[in-house]
Amino acid sequence: MDEARLREIVPGVIGVLERRGVDFATAEDAVQDALVSALSSWPTDPPRDEFAWLVTASWRKVVDAARSDQARRRREEAVEREPAPELVPDEDDTLQLYFRCAHPALSSSAAVALTLRAVAGLTTAQIARAHLVPEATMAQRISRAKRTLRGHRLDRPGDLATVLRVLYLIFNEGYGGDVDLAAEAIRVTCRLASLTDEPEVAGLLALMLIHDARRASRTDAQGRLVPLGEQDRSLWNTSQIAEGVEALQAALARDRLGEYQAQAAIAALHADARTADETDWPQIVGWYDELVRLTADSAVVRLNRAVAVGEADGPALWLRALSEVPADTPRWLAVSAYLHEQRGEFAVAATEYADAADAATSTAERDHLRRCAARARAASSLGG
Amino acid sequence: MKYLMLKHYRGAPAGVNDHPMDEWTQDEIDAHIAYMNDFATKLTGTGEYVDGQALAPKGAWVQYDGEGKPPVVDGPFAETKDLIAGWMIIDVDSWDRAVELAGELSAAPGKGGRPIHERLEVRPFLTSAPDDPQNCHG
Repeated sequence: MDEARLREIVPGVIGVLERRGVDFATAEDAVQDALVSALSSWPTDPPRDEFAWLVTASWRKVVDAARSDQARRRREEAVEREPAPELVPDEDDTLQLYFRCAHPALSSSAAVALTLRAVAGLTTAQIARAHLVPEATMAQRISRAKRTLRGHRLDRPGDLATVLRVLYLIFNEGYGGDVDLAAEAIRVTCRLASLTDEPEVAGLLALMLIHDARRASRTDAQGRLVPLGEQDRSLWNTSQIAEGVEALQAALARDRLGEYQAQAAIAALHADARTADETDWPQIVGWYDELVRLTADSAVVRLNRAVAVGEADGPALWLRALSEVPADTPRWLAVSAYLHEQRGEFAVAATEYADAADAATSTAERDHLRRCAARARAASSLGG
Repeated sequence: MKYLMLKHYRGAPAGVNDHPMDEWTQDEIDAHIAYMNDFATKLTGTGEYVDGQALAPKGAWVQYDGEGKPPVVDGPFAETKDLIAGWMIIDVDSWDRAVELAGELSAAPGKGGRPIHERLEVRPFLTSAPDDPQNCHG
């Protein structure tokens, strides 16, 4: 059985059940039950139409559950008398599912878990393994999320921003295990992009594709973090970059710029350079100016802008740009250390790298900064 | 975001209701353990529980002592050394939530059924991947 194909179908099946008046939690449970049945029967008895099979099987699960529920008997009989609707996937149903899973009433971790389950079609066990928590914990997280949603009305299209944030969170959750969350996020975002013509969706898709295309070069054989400027660009997935750039260009042509499009434009400019020296830094600074505007002057964005300014205009201007960013901004120390290293002030650089390493939030980043500190310290002792 | 809550036998600043457990009554001990178990069960229910274990006080510091020599063993732990009694790992949405839960755990009943007010150490986990690839120019 093709697991990837199954994951494509699941949101549509939940959508059909919801249209028939089944509440979200029940629909979601019924589809998971039907998938379990599919696992045992499909290998020997493959269906002609997998989507129709799953709709029928899930619908039976719903009806079975309703039958065993005395209080709901009359409503269930009324529903049963209705003729079965056409089995045509309705795109709007699936879109609503995205909004539901990224509902603002849910915490980030709950929204991520629910999206992975209902939209991406992953099992609870797979989601739990990807997050390194016990399956019971994840099962409870998902069922609490569903309880939270009960009684909440479906949301307005304005919440697309929340949907995109949840998808980006999933992308950033990291890689590994039997489920690749970055790949899942790309797959789901790609699907969302086919359901809506909002340019920010295409912008996020482009951003993910271009970042993910560099994955093979981001760490070396020993698992060490390799900075962008030192990456082996022959390892970059050029067809995936092209795909991302194409999605980005289509989005930009709509002339409704958003922060994901701006970030994707920056990523695309990096991806476009054959060597680090060929990077078009002035144009990157231009995009950062847009991004500063779009993100209400976020300190993290201004810090990144300072790096671009330094590369485009030299360390002197860089120092000024950096001094305008609060020193408690994440990674400020690492940027300052790099700047001092560029200026030949190795002793300061070594100290700042070491402090930045202590403040790092990931082991890969911490180890990378420790190596930078060691490099600066060695240069410092050579320089006397 | 995962956090480690560390409980110390020794080494943490003294709590308010600070009496060694061997001075407690059996009922007080039972109440304390029940509180801890309920706490873990509750966190499983909210999807925030990851793992928890208790450690025996017995243990030692072990150190490499050079080629061909057996490792140096100092211990069981000397009287003055910090001693971890156990840990709980939680997966929560924010630092504030982690602090709130640690506060709740610190209110476990002790001698006289009153909260022990013990100090718990709360530490964020390092993740294996950088949290945001966008922030990586350097």
